[in-house]
Amino acid sequence: MITIKSPQEIETMRQAGKILKRIFDKLRRYISAGLSTQEIDNYAAKLILDENVSAAFKGYKGFPACVCTSINEEVVHGIPSERQIKLGDIISLDLGIGYKGYFVDSAITMPVSEIDSRLEKLVKVTEECLYQGIKQVRINKRLGDISSEVQKHAEANGYSVVRQFVGHGIGRNLQEEPEVPNYGEPNQGIDLKEGMVLAIEPMINMGSWEVEILENGWTVRTKDKLPSAHFEHTVAITQKGPEVLT
Amino acid sequence: MPICAFKMKEELIETEGTITEALPNAMFRVELENGHIVLAHVSGKMRMHFIRIIPGDKVKLELSPYDLTRGRITYRYK
Repeated sequence: MITIKSPQEIETMRQAGKILKRIFDKLRRYISAGLSTQEIDNYAAKLILDENVSAAFKGYKGFPACVCTSINEEVVHGIPSERQIKLGDIISLDLGIGYKGYFVDSAITMPVSEIDSRLEKLVKVTEECLYQGIKQVRINKRLGDISSEVQKHAEANGYSVVRQFVGHGIGRNLQEEPEVPNYGEPNQGIDLKEGMVLAIEPMINMGSWEVEILENGWTVRTKDKLPSAHFEHTVAITQKGPEVLT
Repeated sequence: MPICAFKMKEELIETEGTITEALPNAMFRVELENGHIVLAHVSGKMRMHFIRIIPGDKVKLELSPYDLTRGRITYRYK
C-alpha cells in the first residue's frame, strides 16, 4: 500500500531532511584521500549522534554500518571497511536517518580531489539524471514518467541504468511502496498523488548495466568493473510540484 | 538506500546421469552418478531437434536447488 503523508507528516520529514543536509555538508568537507571508509562511517556516526537522530541503515535488514560507502566500480551498499580512498576515486555516500518516527534518505557521489574528466562527466550526468527525474515528481504524472526521464538522460550520454536496484517510497519506514525504477516507459505505472514521498535514486554505470552482489551479501559491484555513480534525494509531491526534502 | 528489485537467477546444479526408465509425457527416470534417482523432463530445445532418448543413454541434466528430485535433461551424450 502506498501511504499518503499529511502536511504535518511532511513537515516532520522536512525537518529531518534539513538535519540530513547538515550532516551531508559536514561529510562532504570531511572526505579526503587516505581516509578508510570505516573512518568515514565513524565520523558519520558521530554526526548522527550530535544531531540526536538515529542511523536508519544500521541494522536495517542486517546492514552493519550507518553509511553505505561505494567506491568507483562499487554501485551501492558498500560496507565501510579498511579500504582507503585514493586520489582520483569517486565515492558514493548513502545515508538515511530516523527523526520523530520518520525517515529520510539521500546519497551523493563525490570526487576525491581531482578526477579524470570521464569520471567527472559520469558523476555530473548522474546528478542531472536525478534532477530530470525529480522534475517529473508532480501531480498528474505517473511513476513511469520519472523512470523514463532518468533512463533517457543516462542513455543519451552513453551510460546505462542499473536494473536490479530501484528507489522507493519512504516515510514511517525506510523503504515503502512503490518501487521507483530508473528505467521504464513514460505514461505507465501508478498515478502520482499529493502527499506521496519518494526516494529517487539513479544508479548509472559507465559500462553495462549488469551488476553482481559480492559474498558479503551487500556490496553491489558492476560486472564489467567499470565505475558507477549514484545520487539520491527524498522528494515529496506537493500541490506546487516536487519538493526536495533532503 | 536502494531496494533489490529482483534476485538474479538462482544457480542451477549441473550433473550427469544415466536413463533408467522412459515414462509417459517425455519424462524419464534418471540415475545420477551419485546414485540418486530423479524424475526429469527433456528440455524444449532438445525436443525441437527431435533428440531421442532411450534407457541406457548417458545425459547431462540440470537440477533446481529447491527440488533435487526433479531435473531437466539438457544434453544426450553419443
